[in-house]
Amino acid sequence: MAQVHLRNVVKKYGPLEVVHAINLDIADGEFVVLVGPSGCGKSTTLRMVAGLEAISGGDVQIGGRVVNDLPPRDRNISMVFQNYALYPHMTVRENLGFSLHIAKHSQADIDKAVNEAADILSLTPLLDRKPGALSGGQRQRVAMGRAIVRDPEVFLFDEPLSNLDAKLRTQMRVEIKKLHQKLGSTIIYVTHDQIEAMTLADRIVIMRDGHIEQVGTPLEVFENPINTFVATFIGSPPMNLLDGVVKDGQIEFADGTRLPVPPGYFTDEGQAITFGVRADNIMPVGHALPRGEHMAEVEMTVDLTEPLGTETLLFAVLAGTEVQAKMLNPRPVHRGERMTFQIMLDKCHLFDAETGDTQKK
Amino acid sequence: MATNSNHNLRRQMLKVAHSLGLFFAMMVLCVPGLWIVLNSFRPTVEIMAKPPVWIPNELNFDHYRAMFGGIGEGGVPVLTYFANSLVISVTSTVIAILIGMAGGYAFARYKFKFKGGIFVGLMVTRAVPGVALSLPLFILFARVGIIDTHFGMIIAYVALNVPFTIWLIDGFFRQVPPELAEAAEIDGCTRWQAFWRVEFPVARSGIASAGIFAFLTSWNEYALASQLTRSTTSKTMPVGLLDFTSEFTLNWGGMCALAVLMIIPALILTFLVQKHLIAGLTFGGVKG
Ligand SMILES: Nc1ncnc2c1ncn2[C@@H]1O[C@H](COP(=O)(O)OP(=O)(O)OP(=O)(O)O)[C@@H](O)[C@H]1O
Ligand SMILES: [Mg+2]
Repeated sequence: MAQVHLRNVVKKYGPLEVVHAINLDIADGEFVVLVGPSGCGKSTTLRMVAGLEAISGGDVQIGGRVVNDLPPRDRNISMVFQNYALYPHMTVRENLGFSLHIAKHSQADIDKAVNEAADILSLTPLLDRKPGALSGGQRQRVAMGRAIVRDPEVFLFDEPLSNLDAKLRTQMRVEIKKLHQKLGSTIIYVTHDQIEAMTLADRIVIMRDGHIEQVGTPLEVFENPINTFVATFIGSPPMNLLDGVVKDGQIEFADGTRLPVPPGYFTDEGQAITFGVRADNIMPVGHALPRGEHMAEVEMTVDLTEPLGTETLLFAVLAGTEVQAKMLNPRPVHRGERMTFQIMLDKCHLFDAETGDTQKK
Repeated sequence: MATNSNHNLRRQMLKVAHSLGLFFAMMVLCVPGLWIVLNSFRPTVEIMAKPPVWIPNELNFDHYRAMFGGIGEGGVPVLTYFANSLVISVTSTVIAILIGMAGGYAFARYKFKFKGGIFVGLMVTRAVPGVALSLPLFILFARVGIIDTHFGMIIAYVALNVPFTIWLIDGFFRQVPPELAEAAEIDGCTRWQAFWRVEFPVARSGIASAGIFAFLTSWNEYALASQLTRSTTSKTMPVGLLDFTSEFTLNWGGMCALAVLMIIPALILTFLVQKHLIAGLTFGGVKG
């Protein structure tokens, strides 16, 4: 029983409100990732759940209890910090066992729990070293081990992988996911890396400026972004956005190019609109997309290519805006080459140009 | 090849120059100390000789024997002075460190009103020379009736050392990431436990070095002590040195012997905690 509920949780620093009445329900055993640009209030939110930051309004519930006024030690949580925060004067063994030691468990219990955690994270050969003598990846593991030993109801992670190099990060990402599957505990995980969010989360919470923009499974937020912010934040490369106006039931862009309205969207004649298409849904003719219904074709000149191996990103200009397209089964493309691209309209999005919110369907 | 050996030669010469430079610096630092030690072991005639005698002809313990001897035969109450110095220095250091820890921690971790102003104010008190304070302090202490007491000296030295210990310890706590205490709190500690079990041990080297500085300041202080102490009830060793002066003569040998006794505990202490001292002065290895 360790759901976490945030009810109208507010955080103010003096007169400055940085988290605005957010609501979030996290189920038992769920892996929830808070993601958003720097300074949007992710860490602050997480620290309010941990009890490291007093809340200025609303309620935080963990496992059915309101914990607003409980100190961190009584909340039955563990936290992994971005800089790991290992105790530098203790060995790895002492670091791992510290919480049980404080809780006055017997030495036999502590040893058992420490050895178990060390086993899970392959830390056994490092147990007698001090943190100063560990690599970044090993420190990260010790930090996780310290969290596991406590056997908490909720794990909190604040950008635990951001100090690791790219390769190690991918590796640890997998380990964290395995760990979640093994322990089955509730996890709240903060990152500003949308790939980490997509790969780890059961549900993603996208934040901006102290507000929650959208909550959903990775596929939901990827396929049905609620506004242009989410659309460009989630997915790599970011979704291409083109501003236009609805004219004669079609979308007309500034340079006169016209595209059909994507199927399923309601539009008003004359309405200013933002057309969104991901690179995956705009490809050179003959590259992976079967010709079918709801296809539009446009001609573009390729400015730049980014070969990624299995696919190549093509940068071109459509209706005065730079867009990125994708070519599967790549072949060499030279700069300035004119190509015909297909746009898969039923995968495209329409947003109100004024509010940025998704257009009614 | 030629450039290579040239380069090698230059490196050798640099090394020699380096050693010579160090040697001269150390000589400037050490010769006065060695001179004191030397003088404490040789007859007064040799001390006063002109030109100076560098290589002693005779070494003996006469000055030490006289110093510990009866009053009137050149003896001074060394052990009493030593005990006074020890009690006053140790007590004032312990208090200054405790206050310094509380204050330094507050400055490092908490925001409060007039923080900057208070900090600058503390530092400014260090800008006033001790001698300038001795007369006002004398009058004040005389009124209150704590002239010539351990208590008075301890208060004076605590006041002297606290700004310094706060400043040093603030710097050391600043380098301890706040996440350490937060992690400890999540691991089940109270705020108090988190401090003593995590933040204090991590900053311990720094605090120890602040302690040494405070101790040495009190141990060697003369200007205030010479005014605020009168008799053997509270005279400290630096003031005791004056016992070797009389109207027409200066007992250099005795003075040097007492000075040596003064230096020894400071040396021993520094030696004992030198590991901490070095770690404290090159603090910064707490990442991780
Ligand atoms: N002690 C503080 N006093 C005033 N404002 C603060 C304080 N701590 C954080 N803030 C502000 O609160 C906002 C949210 O900060 P927070 O650390 O939660 O951002 P974040 O989403 O974790 O960003 P990042 O990805 O950079 O870690 C920021 O605008 C920050 O400037
Ligand atoms: Mg953060």
